[in-house]
Amino acid sequence: MRSDASFVNRAGIGLRAASTAVLIFLHFPILLIFLYAFNTEEAAYTFPPPGLTFDWFGVLLKRSDFWNALGLSLVVALVSTMIAVVLGTLAALAIYRSKFFGRDAISLMIILPIALPGIVTGIALRSALNISGLNFSFWTIVIGHATFCVVTVYNNVVARLRRTNYSQVEASMDLGASIWQTFRYVILPNIATALLAGGMLSFALSFDEVIVTTFTAGQQQTLPIWIFSQLQRPRDRPVTNVAALFVVATTLVPILLAYRFTRESGET
Amino acid sequence: MNGKSVAVSLVNVRRHFGEVKAVDDVSLDVYDGEFFSMLGPSGSGKTTCLRLIAGFERPSGGQILLHGWDVGGVPPYDRDVNTVFQDYALFPHMTVGRNVAYGLMIKRVPKAERERRVGEMLELVRLSGMENRKPSQLSGGQRQRVALARALVNRPSVLLLDEPLGALDLKLRQQMQIELKNIQQQVGITFIYVTHDQEEALTMSDRLAVFNHGQIEQVGSPAEVYERPATTFVAGFVGTSNVIDAGVARQIVGEAATLSIRPEKIHLSSPDAAVPAESYSVHGTVQDVVYLGMYTRYLVELETSPRAHLAVMQQNLETTSMDVLTIRGKRVQLIWRRDFTRTLQRTEIVEESGV
Repeated sequence: MRSDASFVNRAGIGLRAASTAVLIFLHFPILLIFLYAFNTEEAAYTFPPPGLTFDWFGVLLKRSDFWNALGLSLVVALVSTMIAVVLGTLAALAIYRSKFFGRDAISLMIILPIALPGIVTGIALRSALNISGLNFSFWTIVIGHATFCVVTVYNNVVARLRRTNYSQVEASMDLGASIWQTFRYVILPNIATALLAGGMLSFALSFDEVIVTTFTAGQQQTLPIWIFSQLQRPRDRPVTNVAALFVVATTLVPILLAYRFTRESGET
Repeated sequence: MNGKSVAVSLVNVRRHFGEVKAVDDVSLDVYDGEFFSMLGPSGSGKTTCLRLIAGFERPSGGQILLHGWDVGGVPPYDRDVNTVFQDYALFPHMTVGRNVAYGLMIKRVPKAERERRVGEMLELVRLSGMENRKPSQLSGGQRQRVALARALVNRPSVLLLDEPLGALDLKLRQQMQIELKNIQQQVGITFIYVTHDQEEALTMSDRLAVFNHGQIEQVGSPAEVYERPATTFVAGFVGTSNVIDAGVARQIVGEAATLSIRPEKIHLSSPDAAVPAESYSVHGTVQDVVYLGMYTRYLVELETSPRAHLAVMQQNLETTSMDVLTIRGKRVQLIWRRDFTRTLQRTEIVEESGV
């Protein structure tokens, strides 16, 4: 037994080295962004940075275009997530129990926006919005984001419902509860953490979305698009990096929370 | 059966799922205060019948009356019946106390009364002091009792039970059978009990209905159904029976009809024993002997028709395994009272298991 264990361990060393290398390769560039957010140099990327400073935070915080972009991104993410929570839950409830012709097709159609390349969704939405004569605005961004936010909520809720005993619903109605009371007292507590996790993921997805947003936004700039536009101004590099820190912080927290919620109940 | 007023009445009820006739023209009256069982193999329509009464299914045709009130289009939450589910269907996110109080909370029963009734109910099912446990912290038998308490606390006029003991082991099941029957007598509520276990149905029921292929083959008290089965299916499903073909019957009783005789009603006698009055007798050879401890089961091939066999069950009052095994291959005479022979309506024949 011992030799078996050590054999497994030895085989693990090479694998561990490779894994570490991949992880460094993935995360080193992100560390660079962190580092250069504090760079005293304005434009160039010399390594190591000649000096470190907090000045860029001050510069960024004084810029109203940054605040506008951050605010827009937060509101878009919140509104799209709320829409996704309502629609995703309703879709999951409809698909989970009923059997009707085309059920699987509808399930696929709900999931498709996240499987399709963003560029396809973006072009499709843009032409559809053009045809329908809608002005590109805050709401068109929200519509664009909601298409893929619904998927994360739907997937989480449907997975939870599949593991929830349907006879609970029958028991509730048998004990006198109406459909709404059953939803409130039985279904909602059962799906609550899945709903929260789906919502968090949906928020994070919306907050850093670029591709669909470029096609559905008018004059508005969400934070990722604002950062993208800043790249064309080399003198503001460190400011952009500081903004990137904000994005990382805002998306990482909900993703970690979502991970926690689903892990506690043993679900992906 | 207090005064025989009807609690639940099914009138020509049908429930079809596409081509499948799950319930096919069932008519039935269940009386107030009765312990009524619906017995049948899986897929016989008994559970669908229960779900129709609860309101989880809508009938494709016919009428369902609760105390004379047609509940055809009435949703489950407006019916004065409660259900104990096969998988218990407890709410995992609620404590035992809140599970039991659920129906009362929905009906906005004041808190003090709610707590009192929940306490009484938990005492009835012997779970006092478990209010704050979660269902996941209970054993199967305890969950089953919570499910029972949760349904009974609403004082329904009819309690529906869908194979509630199916998931329990044999000892616990037998114990719960007695307990359920006691509780039913204490609360005086009509119980409609679905089971595939004929012993369970015979033990607990005031009356039972035997289901097969979505139809009722016979309704009666346990003794009536056991002693006087109406069809070949009932004769084979409720206990075991010798079903005698018309051809063989003509040779034994002089009448061409499908007959049944229970194995324990037949006496295994010596070939020259005198046949008492009002009895049938037939000669045969013992082909197989199965010693079962309390009983011995013999399979006897008939002389008059070598293809036909009769199973005989004899209590081992004065015999031991040594004695009974020596009888194999010997010639014997089988004797039974005429009035134990039943003429059956031919339906499905349940194949003998065992011997």
